[in-house]
Amino acid sequence: MTSYRVPAASDPARPAADRPLTIVVDGEPVAGTAGQTIAGVLLGAGRREWRTTAAGGAPRGVFCGIGVCFDCLVEVNGLRDVRACLRRAQDGDVVTRQGGTR
Amino acid sequence: MRDVVVVGAGPAGLAAARAAASAGALVTLLDAADGLGGQYWRHLPAERPAGREGLLHHKWATFGELSDVLREHPAVTVLPSAQVWSLERHDGGIRLNILVGEPDGAGRQALVLEPDALVLATGAHDRTLPFPGWQLPGVYSAGAAQALAKGERVAVGRRVVVAGAGPFLLPVASSLLQTGATVVGVHEAGRIGSLARGWLNRPWELAGAAGKAGELAGYVGDLLRHRVRWRPGEAVVAAHGDGQVDAVTVARLDERWAPVAGTERRVEADAVCVSHGFTPRLELAIAAGCDLSSSRFVLVDDTQATSVRGVWAAGEITGIGGADAALAEGTVAGTAAAGGNAGTGTARAALRARSRARGFAARIEAAHGIRPGWTGWLRDDTVVCRCEETTYGRVREVVELTGSHEARSVKLTSRAGLGPCQARMCGRTLQELLDGPGARGRAAGGVEGGPAPTVDRRPFVVPVRLGELAALPATSTSRTATSRTASALPTASFPSASQPGGDRT
Repeated sequence: MTSYRVPAASDPARPAADRPLTIVVDGEPVAGTAGQTIAGVLLGAGRREWRTTAAGGAPRGVFCGIGVCFDCLVEVNGLRDVRACLRRAQDGDVVTRQGGTR
Repeated sequence: MRDVVVVGAGPAGLAAARAAASAGALVTLLDAADGLGGQYWRHLPAERPAGREGLLHHKWATFGELSDVLREHPAVTVLPSAQVWSLERHDGGIRLNILVGEPDGAGRQALVLEPDALVLATGAHDRTLPFPGWQLPGVYSAGAAQALAKGERVAVGRRVVVAGAGPFLLPVASSLLQTGATVVGVHEAGRIGSLARGWLNRPWELAGAAGKAGELAGYVGDLLRHRVRWRPGEAVVAAHGDGQVDAVTVARLDERWAPVAGTERRVEADAVCVSHGFTPRLELAIAAGCDLSSSRFVLVDDTQATSVRGVWAAGEITGIGGADAALAEGTVAGTAAAGGNAGTGTARAALRARSRARGFAARIEAAHGIRPGWTGWLRDDTVVCRCEETTYGRVREVVELTGSHEARSVKLTSRAGLGPCQARMCGRTLQELLDGPGARGRAAGGVEGGPAPTVDRRPFVVPVRLGELAALPATSTSRTATSRTASALPTASFPSASQPGGDRT
């Protein structure tokens, strides 16, 4: 486990209690809390990579975190090329790995 | 009554919208994000209210006050999740083409605004110079680490290295510490000599910018409390790992930022956050025809007016000056855009604050500005363009084969800069590699008041799905949707996208 979400109970910023949601990533359930982006849910669960590049077949995840670099693209509910760092996760979202951006 | 549209809801845009409304204008404030505050005040969403969120921010009370005023002001329409995807000029006016809805959604609502006056407050994003391994998952821009910490309460790693250049590295390290992560070190490329020349030159001028100095002192205090080492004259020159980062190489740099042979050391880390400065988001300013400075910021006069009639600019797109400068510039710009007198009242005080804050941008450049020796840490297999995976070796090969140093032709042959980010990550780097050290902007523009360099031109501000483009109403029918009717527009409430999407442009 590398990246993680700060547990609400020990967070000095005192966020409200979690409102759990689950998204399905390449067939596996991943737990998050309402209001997180898809990238936030994935990183919060310790997943750092979720895309494979078209040319080199290399793994990618978040780089810029603010919607500028397009490294974090995923397919969400059948729609390709969604920036995971911007899209808020909805309970039940089906997220699929993209093999490239073209 | 004048219609004023403000694009960008960070410190500059928020201040501009309030000032324009106070001066009697009808104001529409747009932001592509679904909340206010921009990157500076990136915060937890409404679904996760936090009791002590102010701990994570500087000037949080100012944000609360600005957003409260704007949400309640009868002459202000706040339109979140509104992506301006292009700007056209017509009959001496400006037309903004906007899609409102979920980011990268397929069925967003089209909106066209033709304001009397436009304030651009589009901000900046991090600039990260390439280094071997920077494409590995686990390498982040410093801004990403901060956005995830403040906006998600997510730590990008447990043992984190922060590196690059500039005062921004300090709040990033503080944000990481507040997630409970261990910051292994903060490595600043600027050496003590440049830092001293930048920050200690004419120190009496800094007295007026006490707010900024106090903010920085707070971050330094955080580092000291956590015994985090801040090391000037050092850089992360490589990231290592099999598919994900597990270590980095740190090396000492000389005055030109070239790595000093024999000083490399390996540091175990599961995340590394790197930024060497900021790139202004100039797409809309360039599409509007605004003149740029030789250092490629939007040129503005004393009232923040650009060279284009009816267009004002504020914040980081006019120079990297931080939030205090952005708030002051926004107030001046908003007042002027509304037709008010920028020489009176709050705008007058803002003008004084702006001149104090402006000195900061020059100091940051002198102390932390990118030096040409950084290319010394590149290898032939180092990825330069992250989207197309074009390597440094390939770029050099194309230059040798074609004999061309023109960014445009090298891009077309090597594919560097042609991916979905539209060269936002690599464009300036590529240009500097082609121009060679010292020749700032020779090949592709960068002339005072001249046309925008090719690498900064993006007629489509973001990729738009062909399906959404095809669904746009004819321009003549949508022209009625000016900001006068904006109050009747939907705000941020959108169903989750479930339609299969078309291809991107």
